[in-house]
Amino acid sequence: MDLTHSPADEAFRAEAREWLHAHVPPEPLPSLETAEGFAAHRAWEAELASGGWSAVNWPRRYGGRECGLMRWLLFEEEYYAAGAPGRVGQNGVSLLAPTLFEHGTEQQRARVLPAMACGETIWAQAWSEPEAGSDLASLRARAVRVPGGWRLSGQKTWSSRAAFADRAFGLFRSDAEAPKPHQGLTYVMFDLRAEGVTVRPIGRLDGKPAFAELFLDEVFVADEDVIGEPGQGWRIAMATAADERGLTLRSPGRFLAAAERLHALWRAQGGPQGARAQVADALIGARAYQLATFATASRFLGGERVGAEASLNKVFWSEYDIALHETALDLLGEEGEFAEEEWSQRYVFALAGPIYAGTNEIQRDIIAEHLLGLPRGRR
Amino acid sequence: MTVSPHVPAPKAPAPRFLLDAEQRAFAESLHAMLAAAGTPAVIRDWSRGERTAGRALWSRIAAAGVFALAVPQAYEGLGPRPVELAVAFVELGRYAVPGPLVETVAAAAALRAPGPAGRFLPGLASGESMATLAREGGYALDGDAAAARLVLAADGLRLAPGHGPVRASLDPARRLTRLLPGGELLDPDPPAEGALLWARLATAAQALGVGLALLDRTVGYVRQRVQFGVPVGSFQAVKHRLADAKIALEFARPLVLGAAVTMTPADVAAAKVSACEAAYATARTALQLHGAIGYTAEYDLSLWLTKARALRTAWGAPDDCRAEVLRARA
Repeated sequence: MDLTHSPADEAFRAEAREWLHAHVPPEPLPSLETAEGFAAHRAWEAELASGGWSAVNWPRRYGGRECGLMRWLLFEEEYYAAGAPGRVGQNGVSLLAPTLFEHGTEQQRARVLPAMACGETIWAQAWSEPEAGSDLASLRARAVRVPGGWRLSGQKTWSSRAAFADRAFGLFRSDAEAPKPHQGLTYVMFDLRAEGVTVRPIGRLDGKPAFAELFLDEVFVADEDVIGEPGQGWRIAMATAADERGLTLRSPGRFLAAAERLHALWRAQGGPQGARAQVADALIGARAYQLATFATASRFLGGERVGAEASLNKVFWSEYDIALHETALDLLGEEGEFAEEEWSQRYVFALAGPIYAGTNEIQRDIIAEHLLGLPRGRR
Repeated sequence: MTVSPHVPAPKAPAPRFLLDAEQRAFAESLHAMLAAAGTPAVIRDWSRGERTAGRALWSRIAAAGVFALAVPQAYEGLGPRPVELAVAFVELGRYAVPGPLVETVAAAAALRAPGPAGRFLPGLASGESMATLAREGGYALDGDAAAARLVLAADGLRLAPGHGPVRASLDPARRLTRLLPGGELLDPDPPAEGALLWARLATAAQALGVGLALLDRTVGYVRQRVQFGVPVGSFQAVKHRLADAKIALEFARPLVLGAAVTMTPADVAAAKVSACEAAYATARTALQLHGAIGYTAEYDLSLWLTKARALRTAWGAPDDCRAEVLRARA
C-alpha cells in the first residue's frame, strides 16, 4: 500500500496549480444561479478550456488532456484549493459526457463534446418529472416516433441549470406498451430553445432560479440526438447515475478545501470549544473521503466497476456537506443568516445533496439490498 | 524463533491506495484460522480468568507473525510493519480475540533500549510471553496474565513489580488492574509517543474489526428473524440503520489503513476516532436490531457489543483524538 503519487502525477498537479494561480479570478464570480453569474461562469469555462483544463480526463481531440482518473482527482484538489469558481458546465461534463463516451456515437461525441468543454453549450439535466423523482421508472413524458426522429411531449421539472442552459438531456417514454415500466424509455438530447419548449425557472429555497420546469409540446428531435438504442434509456441512465453518485459528481477536492476553510473560520474566531468536535470531524471526513476515493479509483483503474458502492459515497458526501456547512453557519452566528454570505449560499446548495441524484433513502435501500443482501420490501 | 511463512518480505510495488495481494492473503489466512478457533468459548474462559485456551490461541496468532510485525528484525521480529499490523488487528477484532493484544504491540514499540529489548522482544514476537503496558496512573489490561508489566512513568519505562486487584470492565473479556509503582527502570528515555501511536493504531484496527463483525452478524440475524410474517430485514427502518453502519465502517477503513502508512499522530487519531465511533454506532444498531436476544449475555453477540464500547475510550477517547487532529494544524 502506498499513499504517494508518482513524480509525473505530482508534476501534473504542480502545472495545474500554477495555471490556476495565474487565472482564477481574484474576486468570487456572482452566483451562477443568476443571469449575470451564469454568463460569468460560462466565460470562466471558456477560459479553462483555453488552458486545456475544462475536461482534463477527456481525449485530446475533444479538448481534454487524457490525464486519467488519478490526475483528474489531483486537478480537482488543486481547483478547489485555489478557490476557483463553481462549474456551470458540470452536468454536461460529469453526467452527459461519460454517457456519450460509453453509449454515444463518434459523430455525437465530435458534435457535442468540444462545445461542452468550452462552455459554448451548457447542459441541463432533465430527468425528474412531477410524478417521478427518485422513481424514474414512473416517467411519463413521451417520445413519439416520426420520420427522421421523435416528437417529445410532457413536463420535466427540477431541471438543474435549466433556467439559463442551452440544451438538456433526459429520459422519455417511447414505448407505453413495454412489459415493465423501466423498459421502453429512450435517452434523448434536446435544445431548450427549440420550438415547443417552454422553460419556467423555479426559485430554489433562497429564491435563486437554480432549476426550472420544462413544458414540451411536440418538440422535434432528430435521430442523431438519441443516445444508444431507443428503449434502452433506463440501462444507459443507470450507468450515468452510478457515475454521478460515485466518482465524478463530487470529487474529494471540494470537501478538502471546504474543511480547510471551515478550520480557518474556526481558528479566526479563536477556536471556540463548542464547535471543536464538528471542525475536527469535518477534517477527518474529508480525509476519509479522499482516501476512500483514491482506493476506489485504484480499483476502477484495475478494471472493476463502482456499481452499488457508489451509493455509499453519495450518502456520505451529501450528509458530510450539510454537517460542515451547518457548523460554519453556527460559527458565524447572526452573520450566517445573510443570503449574500458565501457560507450561506454554499449551505443552501448543500441542502439539496441528500435529495438529488437519487434520494439518500433510495441510496440506503440500494446499500441494504445490493451490498448487504437484505430482502426487498415495501419502500 | 523462525520467521513466519505467513508474512513474506515486502517485494513488488503495490497497487497504489490498496492493500497488495500479499497483505490481502495475510488477512485471509488469519481470518480462516480465527474462524476455526471458536473464539466465543475462548473469550468466555478468559473472562473467568481461565486462560489455557486463550494462551493456545495467542501462540497461534504469534506463529502467524502478528506480534513480530511490531518487533524489529534485530530482535527476531519482522517489523516495524504497521500496515500489516493494522490488517491483522482488523481480523483480531473481527473475532473479538481476548488478551493484551494491543498492549503487547505497544510494549514492543516501547522497548528500544538494547538490554531490555533483547530480554523481552524475542519472547513477545514468538508468543512465548505476553506484555501489558500502562501510562503512569492508568489501568493496564490483563496485568495478571502478562509476563512483562511495563509502565510509561515520568522517569522512563519501568518494569512494574506487581499489580493491584483486577477490576471487571463492562467488557467482561477485558480485565483491568493498576500496576504497582517502582520496579526496574528499563529505559530513562523510551519512545513513549511512538508506543502510544502503535497502541492507538492497533486499537483503531481492532475496533474496525469489531464493527465489521457486528454488522455481519446483524445482517445475518435480520435476514432470518421473521416478524409480522416477513424477515425484519425487509423493513426500511432496519435497512437504513444497517446501511448507515456500513457507510461509517467503509469510510473508517481507509483512514485506518492510511494511518498505518503515514503513522502521523493526526492520521492515527483520525483513524481511532472514526473506527471507534463507527464500531460503537454499529454496536448500538446491532443491539437494537437483535432486540432482547442481543441484550442477553449468553448470546455471543454480547462479546462484541461490550468490546465496541470499551475500545472507544481505550488509548484515547474521541475528544482526545479530535484534539490531536486539530493540534496537527495549529
